[in-house]
Amino acid sequence: MRKLALSDEILLSIEKPERYIGNEVNMVRKNPSDVDIRFCMCFPDVYEIGMSHLGIQILYDMFNRREDVYCERVYSPWKDLDKVMRENNIPLFAIESQDSIKDFDFLGITLQYEMCYTNVLQVIDLSGIPIMASDRTDDDPIVIGGGPCVYNPEPLSDFFDIFYIGEGETQYYRLFDLYKEHKKNGGSRKEFLELAAEVPGMYVPAFYDVDYNSDGTIKSFIPNNRHAQEKIVKQLVVDMSSTDFDAEYNYYPQKPLVPFIKATQDRVVLEIQRGCIRGCRFCQAGMVYRPVRERNVEFLKELAYRMLHSTGHEEISLSSLSSSDYSKLEELVNYLIDEFHGNGVNISLPSLRIDSFSLDVMSKVQDIRKSSLTFAPEAGSQRLRNVINKGLTEDVILNGASLAFEGGWNRVKLYFMLGLPTETEEDIKGIAELCEKIAEVYYSIPKDQRNGKVQITASSSFFIPKPFTPFQWASMCTKEQFLDKARIVNTRMKEMLNKKSIKYNWHEADVSEMEGLLARGDRKVAKTVLKAYELGCLYDAWSDSFDNDKWRKAIEDTNIDMDFYISRERNVDEIMPWDFIDIGVTKSFLIKEWENAKNELVTPNCRMKCNGCGAAAFGGGVCFEN
Amino acid sequence: MEEVSALKIRIKFAKRGYMKFIGHLDTMRYFQKVMRRADVDMVYSEGFNPHQIMSFAAPLGVGLTSEGEYMDIEVNSTESSDKMVKRLNEQMVEGIEVLSYRKLPDNSKNAMSIVAAADYHIRFRKGYEPDIDIDEMFSRYISCDSIIVTKKTKKSEKEVDIRNGIYEAKVLDDKIFLKLASSSGDYLKPELVMNGFYNYAGIEMSEYALEIERREVYAEDSEGKQFVTLESLGEIIQ
Repeated sequence: MRKLALSDEILLSIEKPERYIGNEVNMVRKNPSDVDIRFCMCFPDVYEIGMSHLGIQILYDMFNRREDVYCERVYSPWKDLDKVMRENNIPLFAIESQDSIKDFDFLGITLQYEMCYTNVLQVIDLSGIPIMASDRTDDDPIVIGGGPCVYNPEPLSDFFDIFYIGEGETQYYRLFDLYKEHKKNGGSRKEFLELAAEVPGMYVPAFYDVDYNSDGTIKSFIPNNRHAQEKIVKQLVVDMSSTDFDAEYNYYPQKPLVPFIKATQDRVVLEIQRGCIRGCRFCQAGMVYRPVRERNVEFLKELAYRMLHSTGHEEISLSSLSSSDYSKLEELVNYLIDEFHGNGVNISLPSLRIDSFSLDVMSKVQDIRKSSLTFAPEAGSQRLRNVINKGLTEDVILNGASLAFEGGWNRVKLYFMLGLPTETEEDIKGIAELCEKIAEVYYSIPKDQRNGKVQITASSSFFIPKPFTPFQWASMCTKEQFLDKARIVNTRMKEMLNKKSIKYNWHEADVSEMEGLLARGDRKVAKTVLKAYELGCLYDAWSDSFDNDKWRKAIEDTNIDMDFYISRERNVDEIMPWDFIDIGVTKSFLIKEWENAKNELVTPNCRMKCNGCGAAAFGGGVCFEN
Repeated sequence: MEEVSALKIRIKFAKRGYMKFIGHLDTMRYFQKVMRRADVDMVYSEGFNPHQIMSFAAPLGVGLTSEGEYMDIEVNSTESSDKMVKRLNEQMVEGIEVLSYRKLPDNSKNAMSIVAAADYHIRFRKGYEPDIDIDEMFSRYISCDSIIVTKKTKKSEKEVDIRNGIYEAKVLDDKIFLKLASSSGDYLKPELVMNGFYNYAGIEMSEYALEIERREVYAEDSEGKQFVTLESLGEIIQ
């Protein structure tokens, strides 16, 4: 058996020691001395969350297919172990070999949400790697970031050597080849970064200089190294439709890791497509993952079989931004039900559009009395739904609910956002009124045909403008404004006839402000992240860990003007911190969409009509369906 | 291949090394997935979320290793014991090993309800060996007519005499052997016996002092006269 990095005494004194010992089913074992490159892949949150992430499973499998690479994993040590490691100077280690990460060639960190940034620093720090990239030597691993937050990596620019912009499948092998060559030649860290900077999608923040205007906005953003690319083009797998398991870039783990501990995603995950045709104007994923690319349904069927068999999972779930838009959804879902449901495999359906097909499927795979319907109208009025380009109309919601109530359902969940651009008090009150209308639909069914009381749960989060969306220029509300809006909804809820059937809850506002700062922050915000970490902030995405006072102090100590980053509406001429990235979707399209939003104009989805967003430049996906 | 309706099977397995950190519920989840990977023809319950018919004899605490864990399952069909042990072990992680797979008589009670006793080996963790003559001290301790220890429950602490629950206890060369009462009504934790020993010797016991391994689990024979291993109640499938 491997020797563990932590002693029995430590493992017995902390919560869930299973997080740190590895040995999971399908864990890759290699002799580290047999490989040229040691890569440690990190999800900077607790193990159960990190193990549920599909992207890491894809890259873990892809990297380990190479004999010259050993890809291992690490997650954020939970707070109890964090303390023990600091007190005893125990360096952070990779799960597989239990070796110190400091001795690896690469530390790859996925950046899935802004509120994990202090955990990123924790992982780098506990590994014994200098937190500032500029302090690192030839002996330190190359710290490389990926994931959705790299579409504005600037608040983390001080801490990373490289950011990989886009989907990992396409350039990592090339990066490894370069690194191997470089290592053989004994080149310096800087020389490798120069090689990497020429690879498509690679952003080396140290190779760029940013100048600011007196008002704090960016004056210029230019390379200071001749190897650095002026524009970094997002990387993506252009063709995902292959049925060939060995086709180029068609990586998918057939034997995903199976943790002992119950992970958040304790099931086989089948990624059916990437991207979304909808174009909701608040949604970053809907823009940065364009164009929509579907996986081949025959490939998915075979994959489902292989993964269920290799993991023993008793549940399978579909993953995509909008599963109802997958063109072969019916065929796939019916196949999964026919093939596996009888064998004790649960089919877990993502939030599908509520219609007769999805209700029929749901009634086959779920207990109607225990399951609920989910709608995400996002806004309370049709006017505001047009502003955000959310195609869902009130008729669709009420008809869907009516159909479902007749089928026996009596629980409804609704998701809304508060603080959307142009929002009025009427829009906000519309949230309560829509809930009421749904309740009325329920109670219009004869008493003997319905299933007790209806339970409607409405939740609202606070709108946070994200880079590369048509709302990237928008003003974001302050905490006080957010809470005022939530109170208006709450008061209006209490005026509703069926208020006893409706529950309303809202997200915390403190953390939304911080997320807003990090989402659209520039390089100057990096020192705030560092300060927050030094003050002890950790696990900020966990509401019981988030320490608003410490974050406030970090902001104050580093002279950050929240109004500049949060409330200020940007001019479309302003250089945004992320403008050096080319996601395919053009700035002029985003500007046009920002105008359409203000004019309450709906833009049709990609399958109805091409709106010339720019993503067609990649040469694949939905743009070329017809 | 033998086709029978709902065959009761008893499986014995070992949990070694750092697999001791895998808790009881996670071990169950692990085996549910093993059964699926190994294509064992499990019997499932009815309902929207069917689950495998599987029950464990006695939960093993986190931190304990074992050479004698048991679970009962029900299958629709099976291959021979040898083949099934091999099939299951092809799906194991390092540190967990299936030791036997046997068919139970149709009217057998499940393992959990018949557990009566268990054997343990106790070793002192490196660096925690007490500085006393263990041989001598332990023989004196175990020859007491009554051993009063403080049993802590969630709500209270109470003094109990555990002597009757110790069926056998002796010092072997590098370890202490214990055979203890282990039924649902009369369950004695090995830690409690060792707590008593440390008290008796007048030394402080660290919570990390002991490495405990369960060695075997027993039921009473049909006459209630002697202990028989749970495994021996099943027969090998040829």
